[in-house]
Amino acid sequence: MDFATLIQILDSTLRLATPLLLACLAGLYSERAGVFDIGLEGKMLAAAFLSGAVAFVSGSVWLGVLAGIGASLALSAVHGLASITFRGNQLISGVAINFLASGLTVLVGQNWFELGGRTPALTEGRFQPITLPLAETLAPVPVLGPIYSDLISGHSALVYLALALVPASWWLLNRTRFGLRLRAVGENPAAVDTAGVSVVGIRFAAVAICGVLCGLAGAYLATALSAGFVKEMTAGRGYIALAALIFAKWRPFAAMGACLLFGLLEAVANRFQNIDLGVVVLPVQFMQALPYILTVVILAGFVGKAIPPRAGGEPYVKER
Amino acid sequence: MERMPKWADVALVPLMSLMLAFAISALVIAAIGENPWAAIRTMVTGALGSTYGWGYTLYYTTNFLFTGLAVSVAFHAGLFNIGGEGQAALGGLGVALCCLFIPWPHWSLALIAATLSGAAFGAAWAALPAWLQARRGSHIVITTIMFNFIGASLLNYLLVNVLKPQGSMDPATARFAPEVRLPGLHEVLAVAGIPFSKATPVNVTLLVGLAACVAVWALIWRTRLGYEIRAFGKSEKAAVYAGIRPVRITMVAMLISGGLAGMMAINNVMGEAERLVMNSVEGAGFIGIAVALMGRGHPFGVLLAALLFGFLYQGGAELALFTSIPRELIVVIQALVILFTGALDDLVRRPVAALFRLTRKETR
Repeated sequence: MDFATLIQILDSTLRLATPLLLACLAGLYSERAGVFDIGLEGKMLAAAFLSGAVAFVSGSVWLGVLAGIGASLALSAVHGLASITFRGNQLISGVAINFLASGLTVLVGQNWFELGGRTPALTEGRFQPITLPLAETLAPVPVLGPIYSDLISGHSALVYLALALVPASWWLLNRTRFGLRLRAVGENPAAVDTAGVSVVGIRFAAVAICGVLCGLAGAYLATALSAGFVKEMTAGRGYIALAALIFAKWRPFAAMGACLLFGLLEAVANRFQNIDLGVVVLPVQFMQALPYILTVVILAGFVGKAIPPRAGGEPYVKER
Repeated sequence: MERMPKWADVALVPLMSLMLAFAISALVIAAIGENPWAAIRTMVTGALGSTYGWGYTLYYTTNFLFTGLAVSVAFHAGLFNIGGEGQAALGGLGVALCCLFIPWPHWSLALIAATLSGAAFGAAWAALPAWLQARRGSHIVITTIMFNFIGASLLNYLLVNVLKPQGSMDPATARFAPEVRLPGLHEVLAVAGIPFSKATPVNVTLLVGLAACVAVWALIWRTRLGYEIRAFGKSEKAAVYAGIRPVRITMVAMLISGGLAGMMAINNVMGEAERLVMNSVEGAGFIGIAVALMGRGHPFGVLLAALLFGFLYQGGAELALFTSIPRELIVVIQALVILFTGALDDLVRRPVAALFRLTRKETR
């Protein structure tokens, strides 16, 4: 494998890791606040559809992104209503949201565009790559030139936004009052309640942040990674993001690492069909299953134990 | 906990939730510019108006019976098994291997062996998540989701690289021998002299499914193991205090659950396709969740819910054929049923309970 191929693989790693990272951070906020969310997949899918549709009709990518966030927020509201207000089972609510998005996107898509659930291909209304300053000038520099101009420069705005959200999330969760409360609500909601802070309010805020980030992830799929929405285009990415979240033990920087790793696996699986290691040949299906296998190994606790937030999955009932 | 009569708890609340789900589905149909009333009529005629429609409805019902029972058994032990999809897919592998490589003299022997083999493969696919939950405390919901994907990749690999016959482009196994073809329901009914459409995939597996319902009922409510499963599901602490071993119950409940999901394969793989194809389960594993929630975990409730979803599936196919409403409408209805009977249960339960409290005060 030569240097240029390596740069190409890493470049596509970054592009493929971005939706994972956005969804993973989304799940991080929700789960750190004690609301399990296996509906990441559905929210991304709904956001991808509506952003693709609105970006096509309006020709503006930013309107598309806004619409995507709106779709994802609407599903977040359902999840919040079911799991916070009505104290229902958060996992069942997540399953329902995934199916709701999976069905509605095709139903509405077919009704609007009559393309079997796709949205028309976007020509305008897509994210354009951003060329960072001096990328052209530095390109001829050996080794560092291609790394800067091909790998770091030339991505869409959402890629840089996703990367910037990692330290921002770390700061918000670990260095602000809101972050402290959010984490406390996920560990010991009764204590937060005693301190006079609304558990319901904080949890709804966390679920809303989750909705916005899932919206960005979905919009990225339809308007940056591809040109338009395709039926079931999330293809399990919401679950991979969930896996990455566990892999990262619910921490922002580790989440970035996990998403980049899973992005790399996808990039490698896309580029090579079967990988010949000399001793054994790894089939492409193995590469596709690897994120899930790694997550099971992590969950099994053989490579460092992943302990979820203590109050995760439990509705909070105020003492009377 | 608010008290309400048992009939309200097991029948009224689920029915009201169902009505809510249907009402919203009707709004969705109206919103895409179709007539909900006409849609319902198309579905009823298509799914129940002929023995042909009934044949397909009952075929889907059989699938959902197995996956619904699978989810129910795990629910009784307080475990949420989302892995029915993967377990049924692996069950398909078990059934296919059993039918492909052993020359069976008669279908009845093949059915028994394939049932056991499918159940064993399904149970095996549930075993590791169960063990991880019981021993290592990893959340069964996440591990079973992961195992769905791992199972799909495994089957993809096996069908493309190993089981595909030489020279075939289609990622599927060879067709099973004619000896293992299961008799259709029309052949069973013909013995009793009842005419039934011959062109449908419903087969003797339906009877196996009904037997499974009875067996699960007996297991859960009439055996010591069933009592232990229910006790464990209600309160782990109390169960441990009563001498029930958590690891054992978790393992046993999940093995039974996975086995039931795996048994579904005798219907779709052996009874219908007569070979193992890619994505043979087609989401039936997930519908099991909706069926179990609606049926309140009781085999009779599961039977009714499976029948309802069988009707929705066949009716939805007819809708897609005769109107511009795509099949995905069923996925939306399924989602709403899961949402209202599962997660938003309290939305209906609270006002109903309040109403009963009110009437009780008046009579006093």
